[in-house]
Amino acid sequence: MDLHGQSLSELKQGLEQGDFTSVEITQSLLARIEQHNASLNALLTITAEQALIAAADADAARAKGNAGPLCGLPIIHKDIFCTRAVKTSCGSKMLDNFVSPYDATVVERLATAGAVVLGKANMDEFAMGSSNETSFYGPVKNPWNLECSPGGSSGGSSASVAARLAPAATGTDTGGSIRQPAALTGTVGIKPTYGRVSRYGMIAFASSLDQAGVITRSAEDAARVMGVMAGFDERDSTSIDEPVPDYVASLGESIKGLRVGIVRQHFDEGLDADTGVQVKQAIAVLESMGATAVEVNLPNIDLSVPTYYVVAPAECSSNLSRFDGVRFGYRAEGANDLLDLYCRSRGEGFGDEVKRRIMTGAYVLSAGYYDAYYLKAQQVRQLIADDFKKAFADVDVIAGPTAPSPAFKLGDKVDDPIQMYLNDIYTIGANLAGLPAISVPCGFVNDMPVGLHLVGAHFDEATLLRIGYQYQQQTEWHTCCPEAFR
Amino acid sequence: MSAASPAGWEVVIGLEIHAQLATQSKIFSGAPTTYGAEANTQACLVDLGYPGVLPVLNEEVVRMATLFGLAVNATVARRSVFARKNYFYPDLPKGYQISQFELPIVEHGEMVITDENGNDMRIGITRAHLEEDAGKSVHEGFDASSGIDLNRAGTPLLEIVSEPDLRSAKQAIAYMRKIHSIVRYLGISDGNMQEGSFRCDANVSVRPVGQSELGTRAELKNLNSFRFIEKAINFEIERQVDLIEDGGAVVQETRLYDADRDETRPMRSKEEANDYRYFPDPDLLPVEISEEFIDAVRATLPELPAAKHQRFVKDFALKTDDADILTSSRTLADYYEAVVAATAAEPQTAANWVIGDLSAALNRDGIEIADSKVSADDLASLVNRIHDNTISGKIAKQVFDAMWEGEGSADDIIEAQGLKQITDSSAIESIVDNVIAANPKQADEYRGGKQKLIGFFVGLVMKETKGQANPGQVNKILKTKLDA
Repeated sequence: MDLHGQSLSELKQGLEQGDFTSVEITQSLLARIEQHNASLNALLTITAEQALIAAADADAARAKGNAGPLCGLPIIHKDIFCTRAVKTSCGSKMLDNFVSPYDATVVERLATAGAVVLGKANMDEFAMGSSNETSFYGPVKNPWNLECSPGGSSGGSSASVAARLAPAATGTDTGGSIRQPAALTGTVGIKPTYGRVSRYGMIAFASSLDQAGVITRSAEDAARVMGVMAGFDERDSTSIDEPVPDYVASLGESIKGLRVGIVRQHFDEGLDADTGVQVKQAIAVLESMGATAVEVNLPNIDLSVPTYYVVAPAECSSNLSRFDGVRFGYRAEGANDLLDLYCRSRGEGFGDEVKRRIMTGAYVLSAGYYDAYYLKAQQVRQLIADDFKKAFADVDVIAGPTAPSPAFKLGDKVDDPIQMYLNDIYTIGANLAGLPAISVPCGFVNDMPVGLHLVGAHFDEATLLRIGYQYQQQTEWHTCCPEAFR
Repeated sequence: MSAASPAGWEVVIGLEIHAQLATQSKIFSGAPTTYGAEANTQACLVDLGYPGVLPVLNEEVVRMATLFGLAVNATVARRSVFARKNYFYPDLPKGYQISQFELPIVEHGEMVITDENGNDMRIGITRAHLEEDAGKSVHEGFDASSGIDLNRAGTPLLEIVSEPDLRSAKQAIAYMRKIHSIVRYLGISDGNMQEGSFRCDANVSVRPVGQSELGTRAELKNLNSFRFIEKAINFEIERQVDLIEDGGAVVQETRLYDADRDETRPMRSKEEANDYRYFPDPDLLPVEISEEFIDAVRATLPELPAAKHQRFVKDFALKTDDADILTSSRTLADYYEAVVAATAAEPQTAANWVIGDLSAALNRDGIEIADSKVSADDLASLVNRIHDNTISGKIAKQVFDAMWEGEGSADDIIEAQGLKQITDSSAIESIVDNVIAANPKQADEYRGGKQKLIGFFVGLVMKETKGQANPGQVNKILKTKLDA
């Protein structure tokens, strides 16, 4: 039975109808993982035993009438979420030996809802990257073309879903790390409003930008998972105490009359022409469903990338100080004294991109430079956020390309960090402004997927999911599967 | 010239006091703050800085800081911000301390002290801010390594920074004592210097008299008793003056006080260049305080030491020094007032008992007033028995000791030991008659002019009565009979 081809929602229905069991789904996907993971390098840890136990428990619960919203449905966690008793590496040598004593809130909530965890996904080291090439464990391959990157930092998550190893995988997004990999692999990726989903147990990269989200193959699937992930958590002081709407219930509402903002600055020379065509066609589809396209101006949007690359490194330089070889994680052997212990543990434990960002971050916070860099960047960030706020007076969502081009070849940009950073040019604004955003597959360029990017107003995930769902009623991009993984 | 200020030199001192706030749990986590637990049993994952953990503010510390701010006439910030102070040390698990930098919760306060000449002196309090404590490093007993105990990591601290308004070690001590008293009065810190819940660093510099520019300062650390602080500051003043007079220059550095050698030494540096790269902590929201909150906290302000002192002197006619002692701690002051309320005797009498016999007993047993073995009510009854002449002051001391040993109330003991004062005049008269008759020689000498011999006769009568005769009456009756 082709269980791997079914979406999360279809599997849910199948379980409810008794067409198959969770154990059967799990066995099927574990077999696929065994078959394909070596070629993709998408998963770092496979929790086969635990998954089968959880699946059996789910089937038993369902039989008793105690099925939670995701009962028996398989999921993969990006290896940035702490999972009790299961290794959490964050894609780094620094945490190669780390087994968390606790579960992240996201992990807890999905488990309580009945989800079955198949394993932990590969990722750019400490979430720093846009291609999954900075991972200590080697790059992840894009299922659409194994020579290409699946995007990053949630590359393992996006590749897993695209290759049908699981119908859903959690991810994190600090500058585009859910949405860009989704676009590059033809999947749906959503980053919620800052504060919508708890960051407790999510290893911190840039605290004011990080958010947890999910990668799936359809907007409907994303709505189901987001409904479970979202919500106030008293263990996270930046978590917002706002009720979570029923994202699934509102999917069917028409998008007629919706005002879709098009950012003039987005469709310029930075964007691959063919990608631009696909995105414009997608917007035309929305218009055909009754939405109206309106030009909006985000005058400071070009400052997004430089702003981000001051703020994010600053915060990460501080967040990563706890990785010092003293209490957990990698500790260098034979250190002579304390300084030696620190320098060697961190020097050997961290990869180049991480070190690059820590140094950048320390620099922009340092005495004499704080005002010119960090303070200034936070002020510009406010300008960018204000631009969005003004725009949302006139539109309901802002649409554009998710990434400037389809997936590039692995190795193409590793020697040019700035080129790599420019991959996030369209996605970063939403992180800086704390706004929810989604990428949905909207076509192919040279047989590689591209994505339509939608940014919503604060706490308006429902509209984004609804547009995605309605769009997916009219198009089939989200059903396409790479040949090798059908 | 006093030791405090070498001739021609002015001393400038600023104090940074860290008072540990007496909350049940830590400032950013729910782990307990009890002192003395086995190493690493009171640090949860948040305190340990594990991957993925986040801080959550303990609201009680905001109330305590606000209370302090109000008590020292400071501005309580309606909006204050937590900032990260970044540096590496094994007892600092996250590699940064959560503190407050540009926007502290309290600013521009003051404390009035009495200087060496008995005059009031206003000391400015620049700011007081909230922060978390680090753990402890233990360098002994780990065989060329160091042990880290993180029980203390995350304990809430209020860092109180004075303006550099102090001009001598004695003033510094006076200021420190006042702050110490205030935080205990407010119930926000137990001020236990031995246990480290009240710590002081002193910034000391000197400048030629008349110079307005400040000299280079040294920061003195590891000062854990009032006595050490005074000695450390005085040593440092002399060191700096000698250094400059010999043509050298004071280096801005941190120095530790060595109590054994009575000297300060440069500290083995634990960090390199101190660029802390402060920035607002993105994991915490700004602390926003409403007017209602401040009003509610203000309503809970207890009577502060200075006001209580004034009231004791005015209403109870106490000597200033006695009022000082009685108001030095709120529990002691409350105890004393309870005694006054329950006795008909003069407040000064009650004061004498509290400052005298009661304090002596507390010190002897090494316990605090809160654990006194004689309650305020019981002490008051004892004082009442003196006041109503049931017993003499001297016998009362005996009764007090028995009460302290748990033998019962004043009345119980007086009864059990038959200590009631003999006040029956005829009984005393007959004893006096016997004593005079038995000592004719001294009686004649007394009548001959040796008035001092009255003491001899009083002593004999008291001995006869086992000290229970009312001394006043004995005196009177003796004089009457001898003069007859």
